[in-house]
Amino acid sequence: MNGLTTRFERGLDAPICLTWELTYACNLACVHCLSSSGRRDPRELTTAQCEAVLDELQRMQVFYVNIGGGEPTVRRDFWHLLDYATERGVGVKFSTNGSRIDPDAAARLVSTEYVDVQISLDGATAEVNDRVRGPGSHETALTAMRNLSDAGFRDFKLSVVVTRENVDQLDRFKELADEHGAQLRLTRLRPSGRGAYVWDELHPTADQQRELYEWLILHGETVLTGDSFFHLSAFGEPLPGLNLCGAGRVVCLIDPVGDVYACPFAIHDEFLAGNVLRDGGFERVWAGSELFRELREPQSAGACGSCGLYDACRGGCMAAKFFTGLPLEGPDPECVLGNAEEALRQRPGPGPRPSPDHSRPRILNGSPAASLRV
Amino acid sequence: MGFDSGRAWRLSPQVAIRPEGFGALAYHYGSRRLSFLKSSELRDLVLSIGDHPSAGEAIAAGGIPDGQRERYESALATLADSGMIVAAGRAS
Repeated sequence: MNGLTTRFERGLDAPICLTWELTYACNLACVHCLSSSGRRDPRELTTAQCEAVLDELQRMQVFYVNIGGGEPTVRRDFWHLLDYATERGVGVKFSTNGSRIDPDAAARLVSTEYVDVQISLDGATAEVNDRVRGPGSHETALTAMRNLSDAGFRDFKLSVVVTRENVDQLDRFKELADEHGAQLRLTRLRPSGRGAYVWDELHPTADQQRELYEWLILHGETVLTGDSFFHLSAFGEPLPGLNLCGAGRVVCLIDPVGDVYACPFAIHDEFLAGNVLRDGGFERVWAGSELFRELREPQSAGACGSCGLYDACRGGCMAAKFFTGLPLEGPDPECVLGNAEEALRQRPGPGPRPSPDHSRPRILNGSPAASLRV
Repeated sequence: MGFDSGRAWRLSPQVAIRPEGFGALAYHYGSRRLSFLKSSELRDLVLSIGDHPSAGEAIAAGGIPDGQRERYESALATLADSGMIVAAGRAS
């Protein structure tokens, strides 16, 4: 482990990677939604409150913010906030299902400096994608990609959550990105939010993890991962990226009501650091929260302490452990040595469920997993 | 192309520098690339490089010990490759 990693683990003056979910409202109901989105929260930050957060980010020199949701473009002030941020030197990369990226929006985006767009797609084919993201969502995303490409937007991101069902489509995703002048971004399926309900059946198998690692090594920095797969670095040479858990140290999340969580995959009371309205602003939460202070202390490797590969994987993802009901000091549920398999088998029941949960009622009432296997 | 420490360099106008305990973060708004300046000496060198007629003189003025000049030159070469610093007089 090098000195820089140690410095990162002790936390920075401001996050490197800040995610801001602008709204819990969403026109889709993806089965693995990290933020259990669906319904707008009536306490959602107002335009003025959002502007105040952006003013703070400018002061803290947060270079860019990853905006998501829900579907962020359904907010009426979305375009205003985009301009407000970029005019202040806070770059924006926003994630969207593409439903509002019509030719006009694409033209507007291509003319705005410091804005990047990330289109979510979880299957190279409609069949694979729509089972996870809902009927018609593949066509919607591809239309948005075509609109961006036709408008001349280069290097937007095609963002894919790698699952058991799409892991054999990686080459096809890459081709899709290339055809549209986009860059492929792959991220890990987390058991967070509604993902808790589908992780068991959708997370890649042990063999698939190995194939994924080899594919990532082969493609190097041409494929982005948001440092998502650092637990796979234990297979051999490290993947590109920081290869550490940045939660509360270099990464955090602001949710639509201003709650600050340790990372985008940890929307749960357990990882709530504070609130930008109640606790005197984002900077005070970032610098002063008890939870973040604890995360910046040296962490115990626990059961992984005797493993020779601990320096490579750093024990994996805190949120993945938490939401699968595993101890935080111990192996990641997808530990490449299989060290979590026994513990996963012996789990007494499901892990912690999303809190808060903004899923629309029809999802809460039925089994979300059933909507996958139709 | 090798890094020419005999010529003048400046910080790209598209780059913002944020000081941190270990040195600084440098962010290029055009390429959306983040770089880590892993010491306060390197940070100060990058921030002041435009004030000197050449990179070599900037290094000398930065109080970098002779034994470490090569390391700093290679750090500047990396930053030049990623467009964080640009040859003075050239467009960014």
